[in-house]
Amino acid sequence: MKFATTRAGLIRAGVFFLVLLVIPIVGGPGYLLNTLIFTIMYAALSSSWNLIGGYAGYPSLGHVAFFGIGAYATGIIFSDSVYGGYAPFFLLPVIGLGVAFMSIPIGWVSMRTRADVFAIVTITLLFITQTLAFNLKNVTGGAQGKSVAPAPFDVGTYDWPFYYAMLILLAIAMGISLYFRRSKIGLSLATVRADEDKAHGVGVRVTAVKLIAFAVSAGLVAMVGGVWAYYVGFIYPQFAVDPLITIGMVLMAFLGGRGTLWGPVLGAFILVPAQEYFAQAFGASELYLIAYAAVFLVIMLFLPRGILPSITERLARRRASAAGAARDGASPTPSALPTSEVKVVR
Amino acid sequence: MTENVLEIDHLTKRFGGVTAVNECSFTVQKGTITALIGPNGSGKTTAFNMITGYLKADSGQIRFDGETIVKPRPADLYRRGLSRTFQQARIFPELTVEENLVVAAGYSWRQLFGRRVSESDHERAKEMLGEFRLDTLAGLPSADLSYGQRKLLEFAAVLMSDPTLVLLDEPTAGVNPVMIDTMEQHIRDRHAAGVTFLIVEHDMQLVMRLCDPVIVLDQGAPIAFGSPETIQSDPKVLEAYLGS
Repeated sequence: MKFATTRAGLIRAGVFFLVLLVIPIVGGPGYLLNTLIFTIMYAALSSSWNLIGGYAGYPSLGHVAFFGIGAYATGIIFSDSVYGGYAPFFLLPVIGLGVAFMSIPIGWVSMRTRADVFAIVTITLLFITQTLAFNLKNVTGGAQGKSVAPAPFDVGTYDWPFYYAMLILLAIAMGISLYFRRSKIGLSLATVRADEDKAHGVGVRVTAVKLIAFAVSAGLVAMVGGVWAYYVGFIYPQFAVDPLITIGMVLMAFLGGRGTLWGPVLGAFILVPAQEYFAQAFGASELYLIAYAAVFLVIMLFLPRGILPSITERLARRRASAAGAARDGASPTPSALPTSEVKVVR
Repeated sequence: MTENVLEIDHLTKRFGGVTAVNECSFTVQKGTITALIGPNGSGKTTAFNMITGYLKADSGQIRFDGETIVKPRPADLYRRGLSRTFQQARIFPELTVEENLVVAAGYSWRQLFGRRVSESDHERAKEMLGEFRLDTLAGLPSADLSYGQRKLLEFAAVLMSDPTLVLLDEPTAGVNPVMIDTMEQHIRDRHAAGVTFLIVEHDMQLVMRLCDPVIVLDQGAPIAFGSPETIQSDPKVLEAYLGS
């Protein structure tokens, strides 16, 4: 896999962000911007989750806890309208940094476990946070919820600031992903994901890179939570710390291809609109969740490693067989190895 | 040269009721290629795992380079100059051949935030790849390597940190005869350059021509120690291998 930023990659990113940038200006049906805000939100969440769940191979199921903490932080700081306006957006970096630092001990403890045990340990984080949100009534308002100061934006362009804030967060999450991949952090994380014990054995700074990935990931998710809280205006424990949000970000990364730059984004752009569509089609019943699951199952059945890795693999195989056909008749190259030997991993 | 680079003192490890390594003591002298042999289940790999920090010893002491290792941890030991390879050639299949070397070369905190493969990394890796004749494969995902090539790559990677002592766990198990000769030559080259080796190996011909001294383990403790010749004629060794 080549990790250099290629021209094609730059163009892809440029077109993607340019299109999203002009959509509010060009306009469209009323629901479009609203759907897009949630799509971009999930793309940002999933990309952030991908830092720890994808690149490091630690599938956290508790990341919505950080989302909720970010949401409540915004809700608590801006419960009165005295600050108003754009102030909540400017405070996001502080919330992000705060949560990132706070997450370090959590990551340190939870990442002493691995794989499925880690997933379960992080689920407890979700429930602890939700329980706290329900019970710390003085701070969070408990089950009655907490209102965030209404944003004093113009009705016609009310969604714009939230839309662009989400878009910026997505760009940051993807930028950090790219940076990780191109630095020794990404190289080290790849060794952790492949074989953590062996990584220790060749002197990789395993704990440090895991914590960096965990903290950055948590901080980003908290910032997204902050924007979300300001957008929805009223937050309840069961929605701010909703298991469905955790599942959403994980599923999208799996669907698109975890450990890839565009996988989580692709997953979000498929699943969120699909979910909205099914919710409309099946009305208020929760049947839409079944359709949502069906989409996921179908893709996992045919592209088990996620869309992007499966497609790249297929393309590579086709290219290799084409090259092999071209080589037929010529003398075999010394680097051609019997496939039976290639499969031995451990 | 009689300086001991590694001293194992009454090392013990029990797994439930089984004592895998039992009050095991031996030393590895600087500048030697020491073999650690013994029948299956005699505790060779368990001893390796304790020495390199992968397993916590129940009791006993390990001294490396004159210092007692109080809390052996693989990464610390590796940085101090004690490297090891694994029986099954553990490499990072997703990384390229070159990256496998680069990540094992060690890096400072500042470099952690720097380029994935910098120019100087490139140079260092190139040198090692040349020595191991893997240079044509540098950019390939290491998943594409054959088993023998993986063994070579793993060996080359742990040499990137300029270790003083290298523990090889069955370096030639499961590879073809040509590759065994290649591996032997690389071990000899590095030995000539001043690296000390401790090798677990089942290929007795290789052990007898490459290693001196030889330590024989049986049931978790050394039963014989000496040159290949003396080991071969030791009745205790014959008994351990052939059964009484």
